[in-house]
This record gives sequence, C-alpha cells and structure tokens, in this order.
Amino acid sequence: MEKKTLIGKRTPLIDGPAKAAGTAIYVDDIRMPNMLVGKILRSPHAHARVVSIDTSAAEALAGVHAIVVGKEAQNHFGVLPTSKDETAMAVDKVRFIGQEVAAIAADDEEIALIAMRLIKVEYEILPAYIEPQDALKKVAADEKIHAYTKYDNNLHKQVDQHFGDVPAAQKAATFTETGSYRMAGLHHAFTEPHAVLADFTPTPDGKGKLTVWSATQVPHYLHRALAEVMQMEMHRIRVIKPAVGGGFGGKSDPFPHEMCCALLARKAGRPVKILLDREEVYFVGRGRHPTFMTMTLHADAKQKFLGYDLDVVIDGGAFGSFGVVTTYYNGVLAQGPYRMPSYRFTCKRAYTNKPPSGAMRGHGSVNTRFALETLIDRMAEKMGEDPFDLRFKNLLPANTLTASQFRITSNGIKECLDRVRDRSGWKDKFRLLGPGRGIGLGCGFYISGSASPIHFTPKNLPQSTVHLKIDMDGGITIHTGASEIGQGSDTMAAQVVAEVLGVDMARCRVVAVDTDLSPIDLGSYSSRVTFMNGNAAIRAAEQIAGQLRAAAAKLTGVPAHYWVLTDEKLVCTSQSDLSIPFMDALHAALADTGALIAKGSYQSPPLGGTYKGANAGNAPSYSYGAFVAQVAVDAETGVVTVEKVWAAHDCGKVLNPIAVEGQVEGSIHMGLGQALMEDLHYHKGALLNANLLDVRTLSVRQMPEVECILVESNDPEGPFGAKECGEGALAPVLPAVANAIYDAVGVRLSELPMTPDRVLAAIEEKIKSSTAVSAQKVAR
Amino acid sequence: MPQSADSVSIFFVGNETAPSTKLIAKFCVNGSEHELAVRPYDVLLDVLRENLSLTATKRGCDMGTCGCCTVLLDGEARLSCLTLALDAVGKSITTLEGIREGAVLDELQRCWYETGASQCGFCSPGFILSSKALLDRKPEATLDEIKEAISGNICRCTGYAKILEAIQIAQKQKLDRNICK
Repeated sequence: MEKKTLIGKRTPLIDGPAKAAGTAIYVDDIRMPNMLVGKILRSPHAHARVVSIDTSAAEALAGVHAIVVGKEAQNHFGVLPTSKDETAMAVDKVRFIGQEVAAIAADDEEIALIAMRLIKVEYEILPAYIEPQDALKKVAADEKIHAYTKYDNNLHKQVDQHFGDVPAAQKAATFTETGSYRMAGLHHAFTEPHAVLADFTPTPDGKGKLTVWSATQVPHYLHRALAEVMQMEMHRIRVIKPAVGGGFGGKSDPFPHEMCCALLARKAGRPVKILLDREEVYFVGRGRHPTFMTMTLHADAKQKFLGYDLDVVIDGGAFGSFGVVTTYYNGVLAQGPYRMPSYRFTCKRAYTNKPPSGAMRGHGSVNTRFALETLIDRMAEKMGEDPFDLRFKNLLPANTLTASQFRITSNGIKECLDRVRDRSGWKDKFRLLGPGRGIGLGCGFYISGSASPIHFTPKNLPQSTVHLKIDMDGGITIHTGASEIGQGSDTMAAQVVAEVLGVDMARCRVVAVDTDLSPIDLGSYSSRVTFMNGNAAIRAAEQIAGQLRAAAAKLTGVPAHYWVLTDEKLVCTSQSDLSIPFMDALHAALADTGALIAKGSYQSPPLGGTYKGANAGNAPSYSYGAFVAQVAVDAETGVVTVEKVWAAHDCGKVLNPIAVEGQVEGSIHMGLGQALMEDLHYHKGALLNANLLDVRTLSVRQMPEVECILVESNDPEGPFGAKECGEGALAPVLPAVANAIYDAVGVRLSELPMTPDRVLAAIEEKIKSSTAVSAQKVAR
Repeated sequence: MPQSADSVSIFFVGNETAPSTKLIAKFCVNGSEHELAVRPYDVLLDVLRENLSLTATKRGCDMGTCGCCTVLLDGEARLSCLTLALDAVGKSITTLEGIREGAVLDELQRCWYETGASQCGFCSPGFILSSKALLDRKPEATLDEIKEAISGNICRCTGYAKILEAIQIAQKQKLDRNICK
C-alpha cells in the first residue's frame, strides 16, 4: 500500500504565522514585573591594565539598584573547554575596545546611562596588537594579551598537519598554481541585536534559582557557562530560548553580557534585561576571522590533483571563542569534493586586541574554499581545460575515505556539476559572453554536523535527544532542545514526527529549548540540527508508532507488524479493508497506562583517525555543491553586478523545499556580501564601521536571481536521507564570482571583498602589464 | 500640571541627574487613542514598544539602517526609531498589530508565511508594512517599485527571493479581491 508522505512537500514553517503576525516573542519583547534595565560599561582602550574601578558615585545615584564589576565573577568560561579565556567582565585588564568592564541595573535606561558616566575606571595603557603579524612577534611576558599562552608571543593556536606524501606530490607535479590571499573579517549582521533577561528567585534552601532568557543558538553551552560563572549547580539554572532573530554563528557562544545580566539579577534580586545596541553587537563579535593565506595546488600530467599546501594566519581577536576549531577547519575542509591524495597545512591563530572572531556560517571553510576554487580555475586555463572537465576528473567518489580519514558516504557532487552546467548554459557562455561579462564556477563541501561533541562530560551524552508525549487529546508534544533560530528546526521536528506517525502535522506542538523541559541538544551550529535532532525525533516517534501498532494488534488480533501508520489511520496490510483511526488506536494504547511517552536520541558513530586533532572536520555526512555565477563588470568603475547564480546543492534528501531553498538563497546572499562588500575597518583597534550602513549587506536591489537546483543523494544515515543545507551553500558563490570576474575582464582578485576600487586597480594593473590581446578585451 | 505637547521647548539630555521633563500627548495607534507621558526626545519606537507594549515593531539598530522598526504614519512607511514620538501626534499610527482584522491576517501576512518569507522573522514586521504602504498607495506597483519600497529593509536570512514572491502573490490576491468587490 502507498503511504502518504510529508517528506519533500513544500511545508510552510510552523512558526511563520506568528512571525508574520508580529506575535512571535523575542527576548526584548518580554516584560517582567519589577524589571530593571541593564547597561554595560565598556573599555575605551584596546589593551590596558585595570588599576581601579570606583563605583561609589554611581551606586549613590537614585534609581540604581546594582552594579557589578569583573572581580565579583572571576571564573573563566568559553564555548570550547580548550580555551576558556573569557570572564563576565574584565578582571585585571581589558583586551579590546568595547570589552565589558562593569554592568549597571537601574530603573530605566536614562538612569543607567547617567550612572555609567559616574563610574571611574583608572587604566594603565599597554601596547596593543592590532594586526596578527604584529601579535605573533616576540613580546615581553607581561605585555602578552593572555598570560597563559605557551610562547613569548600572542599565538593562540597553531595546527600543523600533513597527510600523504606532500614532497613527492610537489616533485611529481606537472601543474602547480600558487596564490596569496587576504580576506577581511566580517560580521553575521543578524537583524536582532543580542538580548538577555535574567531573573533570580529565592528557594527554600536559600540558594536560589536563576532563569535566563537569551537570544542564543546554544542554550546548553550557556547553561554550562552560567553554572561556572555564577558558581551554581546546573539544576538551579533554567535557560529559555524564545524566538531568535537570526544567528549565523554570531549567537553560538556563551557571552559576557549574559553573565553580566545574571550577576545583576542576583545582586538586585529583581529581573534585569540587557539589550545591546548595534555597535555593541559588533563588540560581541565572533564573525569570520580576518585571514591571510598562501595556497599551492599540485596536479600531475594526467590532470589529477596531487594535493595542496597551505599556510594560514587568522586574526582571532581578543578571545578564543571557536577559534581552535577554525584553525583546523581552514586546513582540513578543503579535502573535498575532490580527491586530494596529500595535503599539508599550517594555520596560526593570533590573539589581537580586537573584538573576538569566532564561527560564522560556513565556519573556517569559506576562505580556503575561495583560494582553492580560484586556483583550480587558473590551473584549468593553463591546461586548456574547461573548469567543469578538470573538476570531473578529480571528484571524490561516494563511500570512500579522504587523506585524513574523513568518512565519505553519500556524495552528489557529480550530479551537482552536471545539472548546474546544463541549467546555466555554461557551454554557450564560458569565454563567450564578450567583454565585461563573465561566468564562473565554484564548488563546495561542508560538514553535516560535527561528529564530536564539544564537551566530553558526562561521558557518552547523546548529541541530541527528543521527547514525545501524546495524551488523550491526540496532540503530539515534541520536547526538543534544538534551537530554532529561523532555519526551521521546529518545523523539521514536527514534520518528521508526523511522517513517522502518519498524522497531520497540525497535531504536533513543539516545545523547544527550555532547559527545565527540553532534553539536551548541543545547539544550532556546525549544520548539525536536521541530521542529529531529526534522527533523534524519528527514533522517538518510531517508539510511539510501535505502541500504536501494538494497540491495533490488541484491538483486532492482527499482529503488530501488519500495520502501517498513514493518513491519520493505522492501515492493515494483510486485510485490504481493515483500518483503525489514529485516535482509536491512541485511546486503546493509553488505556490503563496514561499518556504515551518516548525518547529518541542521536549519537554520531565513532569516526576518523586516532592522531591529534582527528576530530576536527569529522562528520557523519558531508554536503556538496556546485555554483555558477554570471557577472557584469564595469571596467570604468570596477563595479561588479552579479546577474544570476545557479546553485546546485546536494542536501541528501530535501525534507522541505521551502526551507532548503531559503537556506540556499540566504547563504548566497551572505556569500555575495563577503565577496563584494562586507568588511570591518579598525583604527588603532577602534572599530570604525560598527553599523549596518557602513558594513553594507546586499539590499534587495543588489541581490541577483538565484536558481536553486536541489540534488538528492539520499544519505544512508540522514533522517529520511537528509543532510545539511544551511552553511555549505555559502562558500561556492565567492570563487564562482571571482572566476566570473576573470572571465569578464581577465583579472584575478586575491583580496576579499572584491570592492570596486580593488577590481578597478586590478584592471588598471592588467592594462599596464598585459599583452595587447587581453588589454583590448578590457578596453573595448 | 503636565504641560501640553506644543508648549515645551527645553529639555535635558546628558549627565543631568534629574530625570527629564515628561509631557502628556495623545497618540492614535491602530485606531485607538492613548494619552501618554513622553519625554521630548523619545522616539516613536520607544513609545510603541515600551509604553504600549506593541512589540511587533522591532528594534534592530536604532539608527535607521535596518528597517525593522518600520510603521505606517498616515499610511506612509516610516522608521519609528528616527521619528520623534511628538512628531507622530495627530497622525494615524499603524503597527503590524493593526493590519489584521481580529484573528484574520492580511494577505501580505498570510503570503509571508506560506511562501517562506519569514525565517528568523525579525525583519518581517518592517517588510510587511513597507510593502503594505506601497500596495495601498499603488495596488499595481511593478516589481521594480516593490524593490524600491523595500530597499530600506534588511533581511539577512532569505536573500529576498521569497519576500518578493510573497509580496507579488499578495498583490495579486488583493487585486483579485478588489475586482470581486
């Protein structure tokens, strides 16, 4: 019999109506009785010792109810246990302009702002390290940004890895391309600024209970960090994540402002809310690392890639954040979608006196991807080969291992390339569009969830768990810790549960992320949620399905395995006219036992090698993509207009085309921003363009048409075959645009963003030094 | 005695320790009159969110760069973070809460979620009101005019494709409905 399916159906997001009606509640929309306003005093210096803080005048101001300073909460925290280098506020020194120094809770914002000016802080200025190259020079022990670092400089993390025989590859190479690149840092620019609300209530034992509402992608990590900073047991802390106005990695750390808010609430004994302004959002930072890299790609006479060689310096800013992972990802995530028999890389992350860099959509993979895909384009031209054909010769197959032992399972890269070449009309356009217009190709490869958790305590804690409850009303309550941040995780959970139980999705209500109610999920980062939480939800639903089948068997005498759940019924496969309505089976199942409950969890299988750092980049599956961009370049102004992007992305199985297209289109928007316009400018450590006007993102006018080509490789371990689509779809568009610019005007850009002044300078340089033929193409 | 809105010209902003003078003004929001005490420098966004708890209007940047705080003033799209509250006195203020009839959503709102134009949803109120201002004024607006009308609104999730789709479908539904009438 044919089972009616929800999988692959265009399914509007279940929280969409509330968002369109304006009734979705974000942190700043919550108002508590007796609530205070919290404000944070921030450092005006890039690097300085805090000699003294005098809060007495501010405390005396009427309407001020609590002031906290760094010394009151000295426990360190950080998203990675390997680099817990943050405190709620600066304890003995400040490390960037904008770092938290003190926090105030007052009756209203105006009083808090007045009180802020009454706090006297005495600083002793230290030399500041703004550029990573300067930070990596030898410095005196007492002038280092962090005293704990190993060497007499500001190196935070260095990774050196090599796999396969790199010197032999170098020797055997017939074709070698090298490029040096410089990529600017940029910020996620989500529309909702960070916001946090904390409430501390007394308990009979006198220890109290803390509740924190925060705009976060990682409620569980926030929960852990609060316990450490507040020195409270985890069970006395409740973290609630309301609607979140975008994250993209910028809300995936536990943050100092969250700690400040909790400390203020405890001290004042009243609820306190802190809403950051747009400039403060950039001080929280965690954007893509400013990056300097040199990459070399080798290929043999048969046009097979032999491997790559990579040196990278990334600018970490003042704190660790996800930086250790970024340091690895810059090197290891270039192992696909091509067969790379060998590779070597060194990546150094430097601490500098700037807001911390961290994880941003496509974490650690985007800049190396830009280098690799533009080098391939150069190599193809040297070989006289079409960029598609060169890639076809070098694809990773399905079900294999990479040089560093990543386990490759489903792999749709070939179909991505085939379909995007066809849809984009590549053969009629490449090198044929005429002067000023061009077309370019870039591919992608990204993890579908990190196979290793960040914390290994308690041992073997599942990465995702989902609880289900169905009572006599027939509504299905899905308790999940997956953080809906706009990507659609609530909808995904409802969809897969309804699919397994064969019921209308409207029965499902998702109770997401309230640590008092929800089982633990590690958070919305590393493109893990659909894969891991989806599998957990399916497993929980399958248990409920089993209980319903058993009830059907009891009612009819037909054994349980003959029943299929579909279309709000249990249908018997052995007798064509026999079926039981879902509600009847449910009521039979809960007779004498009460509500049906079940839990399902997901734990990645053990993967990868045993060498140091083997965990980085290991994923239960990987996504693939091949994008083509068509551009027009104005040779007189250097302005690049992206006319259209064709984006073929392999996301396993498309559970919900609306959601997948939304992720791909949004990724391209963000990728084009990094490619063409987004960067952060500093002067002596002061961020000059901390707003949405001076860090421009693409407006609706600049955004090109995107044609999504969804390739389904049906992953054997993904939920109904699905894998990620939210991050891997970002990186390919940057090199696709760069390669298209080359096709249009014959220049290679090695700096991101590819702003008009840089494009123009490259064109002028080219005219000065080029042969008559290509100069003609530009001048025409 | 509270002073009336048009009689106050001096106020304090800065490090004065006395709270600023407040004055009483009448605001017409979503068809209801509200008499509120506001400071001369309060912006409309604050009055809507903090005084009236109309939280659909979002605070994204407080400096006119993101469009999340867009409301309608006498039917025109305005950034409430850059509009002094007192400048809205005597005008008809419409927030997202005010464009539906009871539980029945406006076509724009329905098309918004049906097409997937909301992901995180934070920009949706501003976009919906910017497009509503256009479609009310010019029901047969072209795609280019639609883009112009929402070019001051930033969406970081969708890449705008589904937003344009939602507006165009809603536009067609509104036109069809008016023809039926």
